[in-house]
Amino acid sequence: MDMGDEVKVFGSWGSPFSRRVELALLLKGVPYEYIEEDIFVFENKSPLLLQYNPVHKKVPVLLHNGKPIAESLVILEYIEETWKANPILPEDPYDKAMARFWAKFLDDKCLPAIRKAAFSPENEREEAAEEVRDCLKTLESALNGKRFFGGDAIGMVDIAANFVGFWLRIIQEVTGEELLSVEKLPELFKWTEEFVSCSVVKKCLPPKDKVLDVVKARVAPK
Amino acid sequence: MEGGVVLLDFWASMFGMRVRIALAEKEIKYEYSEQDLRNKSDLLLQMNPVHKKIPVLIHNGKPICESLVQVQYIDEVWNDQAPLLPADPYKRATARFWADFVDKKMYDSGSRIWKTKGEEQEAAKKEFIENLKLLEGELGDNLYFGGEGFGYVDVALVPFYCWFYAYEQCGNFSIEAECPKLIAWAKRCMQKESVAKSLADPEKVYEFLLQLKKAYGIE
Repeated sequence: MDMGDEVKVFGSWGSPFSRRVELALLLKGVPYEYIEEDIFVFENKSPLLLQYNPVHKKVPVLLHNGKPIAESLVILEYIEETWKANPILPEDPYDKAMARFWAKFLDDKCLPAIRKAAFSPENEREEAAEEVRDCLKTLESALNGKRFFGGDAIGMVDIAANFVGFWLRIIQEVTGEELLSVEKLPELFKWTEEFVSCSVVKKCLPPKDKVLDVVKARVAPK
Repeated sequence: MEGGVVLLDFWASMFGMRVRIALAEKEIKYEYSEQDLRNKSDLLLQMNPVHKKIPVLIHNGKPICESLVQVQYIDEVWNDQAPLLPADPYKRATARFWADFVDKKMYDSGSRIWKTKGEEQEAAKKEFIENLKLLEGELGDNLYFGGEGFGYVDVALVPFYCWFYAYEQCGNFSIEAECPKLIAWAKRCMQKESVAKSLADPEKVYEFLLQLKKAYGIE
């Protein structure tokens, strides 16, 4: 590794997208400086963040030797290509394509469904919950008997699924709606336990009680 | 590289066009299979059970879904000619960012132009043009988004060009008047055989859109 490497992450403590980037850097043993951004109040976003991500104005942003990259999955691909330790993508082009497919599925389908199930008004919640269960059932098929989506070690899909691994249970607790049941989705449920038990993941999860407070504040009361 | 290549596609799909362009750039022989989206084939449902959508790229019998995933796969497997993504990791990240931007913004804002009327439509047109202007900014003075050469972002974006006429008719506006640099770029891309052969005829796209509007019950 180039000793002149300067790596910074603009993130937010509660954001799964931001934590994805930190997880990848931790996995690969890349030292970085973390800068906390207040994403709850737009006016509080730092001028630097707005300069580095003028298009979306969001976290996370990775700054490598002064050059910014935005969008968590784009950042993960960059991290993979730049730091070779502990690869998070398979080498085989077909397997790589499948990993990219599932990462995109998580962001395009699972996450919006989970957001809807969590934050919709009460009368829309049951339908939204059904959609989440369908998404999760589909996601589970990608595990295919493996310990992690990445095989024996966590990979890009596991990292991208961090909100399923950690945030989802908190949402369930608050809404009282069961989304990931051990009976109906035993493999995926087991994966969430494996995921949060990983030592490197543990270093990279926000405090549960703080996340619980944020979710409670946002969920419409029953 | 060996192995049969099949593309399940729909003639008017911008996403399918991306894959057609990539295959043409790499001079890959493949079987094109036009799909009936109102009556989806067993093959399509089997090859893309998750989304049940086109395009689906089938290589050696194994399916790959999602157009940008397919384009990257093609770039990696047929890496002997016409590289679409640059070699430098930072440039690759920039290309991925902008292709993702196209995915997140163009289809939605474009669709809203033909699906809505009045104030909603004006808002959709405004957003659409703003997005194109951001892309123009990224293009700068380069010939292509890929720099000197045609690349990944060009592939991701240029298929929308054959839908511009339809959007303009529905929205009663001129995209060229607002974004001349972008139209110049699109015309430059159309000089390439891979693009010219892959994009649908804008008039046919407009006719198709009119049928779609009828089906959706939109005037």
